[in-house]
Amino acid sequence: MASSVLRFRKLCFIEPAVKSSSSCSSTETTSDHNIGNFVVLEEKKSKKIKSKNISSVGKREWRCIDSCCWAIGCICTAWWVLLFVCQCLPATLPVREAPGERLRRDEGLAVLHPVVLVPGIVTGGLELWEGKPCSDGLFRKRLWGGSFTEIFKRPLCWLEHLSLHNETGLDPPDIRVRAVPGLVAADYFAPGYFVWAVLIENLAKIGYEGKNMYMAAYDWRLSFQNTEIRDQALSRLKSKIELMYVTNGYKKVVVVPHSMGVLYFLHFMKWVESPPPMGGGGGPDWCAKHIKAVMNIGPAFLGVPKAVSNIFSAEGKDVAFVRAVAPGVLDSELLGLQTLEHIMRVSRTWDSVISLLPKGGDTIWGNLDWSPEEGNSCDLDKKANAQLSTGDVNFNHSDGTRGFRVKEPVKYGRIISFGKAASQIPSSRLPSPDLKELLRLRSSAGLSLSCGEVLTEYDEISRESIKRIAENKAYTAQNAFDLLRFVAPKLMQRAEAHFSHGIADNLDDPKYDHYKYWSNPLETKLPHAPEMEIYCLYGVGIPTERSYVYKQSPSDKCKSIPFRIDSSADGEPDSCLKSGVYFVDGDESVPVSSAGFMCAKGWKGRTRFNPAGISTYIREYRHKPPASLLEGRGVESGAHVDIMGNFAFIEDVMRVAAGATGSDIGGDRIHSDIVKMSQRINVQL
Amino acid sequence: MALLRRRNKASGSGTKEEEEGAEIEVEEDDDKNKKEKKKLGKTEKANSSKKAKEKWSCVDSCCWLIGCICTIWWLLLFLYKAMPASFPQFVTEAITGPLPDPPGLKLRKEGLRAEHPVVFVPGIVTGGLELWEGHQCAEGLFRKRLWGGTFGEVYKRPSCWVEHMSLDNETGLDPPGVRVRPVSGLVAADYFAPGYFVWAVLIANLARVGYEEKNMYMAAYDWRLSFQNTEVRDQTLSRIKSNIELMVATNGGKKAVILPHSMGVLYFLHFMKWVEAPAPMGGGGGPDWCSKHIKAVINIGGPFLGVPKAVAGLFSAEAKDIAVARAIAPGFLDNDRFRLQTLQHVMRMTRTWDSTLSMIPKGGDTIWGGMDWSPEEGYSPSREKQRNNDTQFSQSEIVNYGRIISFGKDVAEAPSSEIERVDFRGAIKGSNVANTTCRDVWTEYHDMGLGGIRAVADHKVYTAESIIDLLYFVAPKMMARSSAHFSYGIADNLEDPKYSHYKYWSNPLETKLPNAPDMEIFSLYGVGIPTERAYIYESSPSAECYIPFQINTSANGDIEDSCLKDGVYTVDGDETVPVLSAGFMCAKGWRGKTRFNPSGIKTYIREYDHSPPSHLLEGRGTQSGAHVDIMGNFALIEDIIRVAAGAKGEDLGGDKVYSDIFKWSDKISLPL
Repeated sequence: MASSVLRFRKLCFIEPAVKSSSSCSSTETTSDHNIGNFVVLEEKKSKKIKSKNISSVGKREWRCIDSCCWAIGCICTAWWVLLFVCQCLPATLPVREAPGERLRRDEGLAVLHPVVLVPGIVTGGLELWEGKPCSDGLFRKRLWGGSFTEIFKRPLCWLEHLSLHNETGLDPPDIRVRAVPGLVAADYFAPGYFVWAVLIENLAKIGYEGKNMYMAAYDWRLSFQNTEIRDQALSRLKSKIELMYVTNGYKKVVVVPHSMGVLYFLHFMKWVESPPPMGGGGGPDWCAKHIKAVMNIGPAFLGVPKAVSNIFSAEGKDVAFVRAVAPGVLDSELLGLQTLEHIMRVSRTWDSVISLLPKGGDTIWGNLDWSPEEGNSCDLDKKANAQLSTGDVNFNHSDGTRGFRVKEPVKYGRIISFGKAASQIPSSRLPSPDLKELLRLRSSAGLSLSCGEVLTEYDEISRESIKRIAENKAYTAQNAFDLLRFVAPKLMQRAEAHFSHGIADNLDDPKYDHYKYWSNPLETKLPHAPEMEIYCLYGVGIPTERSYVYKQSPSDKCKSIPFRIDSSADGEPDSCLKSGVYFVDGDESVPVSSAGFMCAKGWKGRTRFNPAGISTYIREYRHKPPASLLEGRGVESGAHVDIMGNFAFIEDVMRVAAGATGSDIGGDRIHSDIVKMSQRINVQL
Repeated sequence: MALLRRRNKASGSGTKEEEEGAEIEVEEDDDKNKKEKKKLGKTEKANSSKKAKEKWSCVDSCCWLIGCICTIWWLLLFLYKAMPASFPQFVTEAITGPLPDPPGLKLRKEGLRAEHPVVFVPGIVTGGLELWEGHQCAEGLFRKRLWGGTFGEVYKRPSCWVEHMSLDNETGLDPPGVRVRPVSGLVAADYFAPGYFVWAVLIANLARVGYEEKNMYMAAYDWRLSFQNTEVRDQTLSRIKSNIELMVATNGGKKAVILPHSMGVLYFLHFMKWVEAPAPMGGGGGPDWCSKHIKAVINIGGPFLGVPKAVAGLFSAEAKDIAVARAIAPGFLDNDRFRLQTLQHVMRMTRTWDSTLSMIPKGGDTIWGGMDWSPEEGYSPSREKQRNNDTQFSQSEIVNYGRIISFGKDVAEAPSSEIERVDFRGAIKGSNVANTTCRDVWTEYHDMGLGGIRAVADHKVYTAESIIDLLYFVAPKMMARSSAHFSYGIADNLEDPKYSHYKYWSNPLETKLPNAPDMEIFSLYGVGIPTERAYIYESSPSAECYIPFQINTSANGDIEDSCLKDGVYTVDGDETVPVLSAGFMCAKGWRGKTRFNPSGIKTYIREYDHSPPSHLLEGRGTQSGAHVDIMGNFALIEDIIRVAAGAKGEDLGGDKVYSDIFKWSDKISLPL
């Protein structure tokens, strides 16, 4: 911000210097306008007028350029004074005491179990190790994370280096972009935007440091198995956990994965048990020996609907918080109006996105007529208030449901529908999706060569078939995959070798030894570690994307994405439909059902997914926006990333790290309807 | 504060702008000059012509001036930012002709590729340290660098900084309530301060042949601690072992190439003994761990036998610091923030750092020479002359390098029979006279009293052996810790079971190399720079609150290229480590099958003759031989990359020697 202001000021100086004949008043007004938000301005202006009045004789000597210099001087001085005052302010504003300090003082909590942090998608930094000539001077500089200055300086070069190879999903030739290692990899995403930093700082208060805290940074663009193939990231993680276990007096580790890291760590647990060469050869009791607890934060166990829209039209922004930087990127014209297309092209080379597609198909996510969330009240604030006021959860639940039956329940199962009508009419009136035919159509469709350089795979799809897609009206979790296979064939072909999204009928089938099933909790068994604990910690109380209303793009020109979210589709006030998106309860990125189902039902007790009977705990944190600006991102937030600064959450993690078990910290703590929703989901256990 | 700094910068740029006037639009420049004149003449004008002055009130002028400066500053900044990244290179090439390819690129063209994983072991001072827990005064510095980086905190809160950087005087570990830990990863020591590279050039060149994070590892450790304490407190040695094992396993069983620098050399010697020793004192890797995991140890500027600088550092805190603190030290030492007691503060802090004790000269008089004898005697500093007319050089002065500390120049030069010495060891330390008047500053000198100080000075001459006693006398607490962690002798019988104690592990003269006949040991170091070897001391004029001894900077040699300058006798070396210390083990101590090297590990010496950068644009030079700058020496980098890509010592061409190291080694009579 500051730099742009500075640049503007400079322009303001040069311009009059070049055309100094132009009228004085005009430059004055521009500069005045420019500094409008500075408090000092008013008095300066009045002074200026005063000086003019006093001496009209010397007026000719006050040339434009002088005034400019003068104005800039004023601004700078004011700026410095403000800066100085800012520096002089006491560093500690009255903020609530951090839980680390309190727990150490009051309860004598001290470091016990080593902690492993597993970052999610997007939050980890990436740095350049080898690049094309355009990336000169960026060796070991961050391309992802940090200040992102390179996006603005050389956008195309940046995109080229962040893309992966379209066939292999690995490095393109002559480019090596690697994950930043160490705690710095994901403590702050951008300057001032914390991810793990608050948790790290609080853990440090009770004695944690580099030797018993490890950030399992990995290249989040790659499919999970490829991180091992290219970087040996899984071997590295295994070795680090073993080392910390030994050097900390044989204390088992507490693993804290976040977002996609949850799936990554699921993958790791299967990998480490499997025999080499596919696995890590740790043997079946490795997890029992080394892991005390897995504390999943904002877990995307069953995927997120956002991922569908992201792949389909690059619109759902990104899973964690590209949103924080994206507005500027998306709206700028730097890339020649095709920002979205470029982003789509790059993000479609990232296999990891596929791991976040909804898993379990219609059984979990609902079909055309049914969904586990139906009857969900969208007025989350109101519900929260009601609950808080009466404190009687059950009563309010039934009340809310009853109130809702009057209306037509939202058909969340239709993850993508074309047109608002299609998202609401009964299924009997919907045309049946016929993608098989489309796939055939695709092979016959000629390439639209008129578009020149192909930017996205959409350019290879004929207009006709695009229309046919839209005619199919509504897609559920299951046939959304057919849709994606159609619109993004290369991506899905690559990715489906690495990920699977079904539900296993028979977990003992030897095919489930393949690594593509390891990150799907519905197709793997948990390790044999009866003493291990699994936590699901996530925020609730924020509307979270669940299904989308799409339309065809108006512009039929080349190189544009032919579909976009119909942001004009709105429901009545208090409805779940807003700007073309149906919302449910969640943490802004992950819906409650995805985050909580496994802990609430899939793994609860001794099930076929959890043969050892590992105990599971759900800890929900109700979202409360920060009360004042000084609180920053809030200490009671439930949002997907901001929850890492939630004091209640931090306290839970610290207690477990210091030796507490799930029942010590109070067992389940549930605010949402997750239990009821899970009961509606009919998975054989 | 910010305001002042900004202004200074801005005015600095103003002058620069005038020099580079051509680059900036002329008309603007003219304008500005005009205004400047007006500005300068402002005060005169105020006196002479009142009517012209009226509209220029003082505030307006100030604002105007600031505006001008800022604008020019921004313009320059903008031009600088807009400048293509290859511009400096372009200018350099225009002046000097095309630059040679950096070695990484050159060797990549030859087809060399990453083969063996590489481990860096940084030396003292070069590794970054960050704060994990601190006192009230260190608020807001959590996980910020206290050492390395910009050193901003030294100026902002000096006493707080010293407090946090010090260790406990009794245990040599953390003081209560303070946890300062090494930065981990390659960032720990790639740059010491912004723009001052340590490992960065080497890393960049290794990356060109395909190295990256997974096969490069920086074994960062807290260089303030004694070596065994890094394991006790941080489990650093276990961590290094585990990482080497991991890298060997994940790189297809290729053994690791270890690159220790400076004190890291001793640290890695310690590691090799530690990893073989059984738990709990050792790492339990078994006797063949090194042969299974290590291809080569490439020691860069290794002070195997210690450095005389360390003595001066401990004795009077004067030799600045061992590697690069020198770069920041001048400003640090001379400023008055500490109320003129900077040196005492520095001494108090550094004396809590056990690691400095690892670099006290080892091997006593056998290695470093006695009262009348030293291996380097006859050395002439001007090697050019020596080469040209060999006959003349016998006439030059004979320096008694063996006398590492002498009180007075006459004493340093006199034959040993003429020196009257009074034994200081039994001297009674006088009462503590100073403590009350010296505010809070406290070094162990203040416990000695005047009697003790006089006794030290009366002993006149100290050789490598008696220096240990001297240090015991002047710094008993520090040496008590030291004797538990380090040893400085020569083993008579290496089979003696006492040598399995960790205090001997970092002394090459008291340990055997591991049983790893395929391993290779290289000693790479710069030569051709005068290096501190012996000192002439004097008593400080004001002895009360000051350190009672200081180097007699007025003592200079009689002849033109004397080895004695400013009270310091210099020999050949890399500015920090004398050739003897860096080369002796590889030249003689370990050469062939000796008792220190029972399995006959091959050793190679590679010396790099120092030639200073030819002009400013070269920065710190690509042919430097200086202790730290050698890490940017292209020849050294090339050697390292070749070894990392699979070459053996013979493939590099075996020994490459410029100095007299073999001659000097021969003079040392050590049973092998």
